Amino acid sequence: MTAQELRLKKQKQQDALFRGSTRMFAVLVLALLAGIIGSLIYGAWPAITTYGLPFITTVEWNPVTSSYGGWDSIFGTLLTSFIALIIAVPVSFGIAVFLTELAPTWLRRPFGIAIELLAGVPSIIYGMWGLFVFAPWFADNIQFLFMMPIEQIPETVASNILGSEALWAPLALVLSKIGYAIAWLFTLPVPSSLMGSQVVELPYIGWIFNAPPMGIGLFTASLILSVMIIPYISSVMRDVFEVTPAMLKESAYGLGATTWEVVWNVVLPYTKNGIIGGVMLGLGRALGETMAVTFVIGNAHRIPGSLFDPTTSIAATLANEFAEAANPMHIASLIYLGLLLFVITFFVLVASKIMLLRLQRNEGAHS
Amino acid sequence: MISLYTRRRIINKASLTLSLLAMGFGLFWLCWILYTLLHEGAPAISLDLFTKTTPAPGSQGGLSNAIIGSLTMALGGTLIGTPIGILAGVYLAEFGSKGWVAPATRFINDILLSAPSIVIGLFVYGAVVVHMGHFSGWAGIAALALLVIPVVLRTTENMLKLIPTAMREAAYALGCPQWKMTLFITLRAAKAGVITGVLLAVARILGETAPLLFTALNNQFYSNLNQPMANLPMVIFQYAMSPFEDWHALAWAGSLLIGLIVLGLNVLARILTRQQGSN
Repeated sequence: MTAQELRLKKQKQQDALFRGSTRMFAVLVLALLAGIIGSLIYGAWPAITTYGLPFITTVEWNPVTSSYGGWDSIFGTLLTSFIALIIAVPVSFGIAVFLTELAPTWLRRPFGIAIELLAGVPSIIYGMWGLFVFAPWFADNIQFLFMMPIEQIPETVASNILGSEALWAPLALVLSKIGYAIAWLFTLPVPSSLMGSQVVELPYIGWIFNAPPMGIGLFTASLILSVMIIPYISSVMRDVFEVTPAMLKESAYGLGATTWEVVWNVVLPYTKNGIIGGVMLGLGRALGETMAVTFVIGNAHRIPGSLFDPTTSIAATLANEFAEAANPMHIASLIYLGLLLFVITFFVLVASKIMLLRLQRNEGAHS
Repeated sequence: MISLYTRRRIINKASLTLSLLAMGFGLFWLCWILYTLLHEGAPAISLDLFTKTTPAPGSQGGLSNAIIGSLTMALGGTLIGTPIGILAGVYLAEFGSKGWVAPATRFINDILLSAPSIVIGLFVYGAVVVHMGHFSGWAGIAALALLVIPVVLRTTENMLKLIPTAMREAAYALGCPQWKMTLFITLRAAKAGVITGVLLAVARILGETAPLLFTALNNQFYSNLNQPMANLPMVIFQYAMSPFEDWHALAWAGSLLIGLIVLGLNVLARILTRQQGSN
């Protein structure tokens, strides 16, 4: 063999080695997933064999008698994420529309970065802020309205907003009278409430708001979660809005459609799968969020009776109890909860990914 | 009876106003949080913060052990996670056109990217802490490295895919072997993008608390990597949940530090990508 052939052979071997080692690292990522699932099942095995699947639907968390069931945590996780989505989806949609259709070009980038920074804020900061700033404010200014006789609400709100300065007093008085009239109309279906000096529940939906005004609980956790997932959902929405072919949009504009009609009737149907994918991505993030929720959810092992009740979530339960759990069955039950959380988020994220891939394929078919 | 034209115009204006309000809603929280952070954290920033260790309630102290611990573990996690992420990303972008490994890895990686970090903590607890018999800085590093990999992998792959094929072909035509072409030509061309990915990964792990809860835990003092290790997020968590005012102040100072570093890294990463985009 000539020297050149030898060198070529060596190069081929080096290349094969390089390819092989990069491939090994790629396989490592796959192995990581298998490792996570395997180690969670292994750790949870004592709890899985003892409680089986009924663990999922049992409400019972008692380290003293060592009997465990996860439904309160699972329900808390699902409910907080669901409420967070109800708030975050329309807001993210609005932000995406604003950034793609409405804002002047020079404003899009700074505003886009500002929204993305919301995702960069560490969750522990959300948690601290929620506990020390938002929860007290919420208890004093919002929740406490549900605790007072209904006819006092308008006056309180008016004076809260306008302050007690003499200048505003007449205005506050007028506003509160108008508010009183509305409140009076609203309470008509419940005759006893017309008597009015005790706390009056809103008709039909009063139980939703019925809880001590502590500021922390289900709703606060959901609201903070919604703020945390808005950047993820809106950034996916923005990206998919931008792949809508300009020709489709221009055609609609050419037929005289308004901006909103273009968004609603052209962009939205075209990007449907991508939007669902973005929403699922946000859901996946919300389900697994730990620190922010742990701070503000109240950490009570029970099914919430109202929107403001303290409850718990899988991640919050883990964060609070795992490092201190000494009883092996307690640890196994917590890992079982972690396994369930991983399985739930796994399927949500897979669904999200499939939806986004479907949009990409459609895009190929259209162009 | 309003005309169809007017009605359409009103609907248009109303919905666009709502979208403006949605934007305001998002910015409102950002401003409120940043304001709180500065307002509560700034008064507690002092030299002691960086020179003294975490105090017992009622006594003076700082966060130096937590700062060092956080930096050590973030550095360790980045050093371990980055090469793995980059090499796996290279495989996906350069050699992944055939076979099932690349698509499967891409899919799973995107899921790991969004998987709950507390579950990563549980995994490392089972894989490392149980075998070592105690919480340790190494376990914290392992957990953080696992969070770095998906971020770096994804950005590396995306950035390498932006490199024109002509550049690779030019290298091949000159007789360049594949490994040299990848390491010294395509990766170098994608350098800014890959660095962005690493910065984003560092920003992410500096602020992560959940994966450290069951791995590094916390420590009152300086420690080596074989012991439980203090870190800013855990100290903030512990101090914020305590009833002591001076601990709250320290927690706010720590939050401000983390917040500034993490947001700073985020902004820096975006500036870097913009420069690359304009080239």
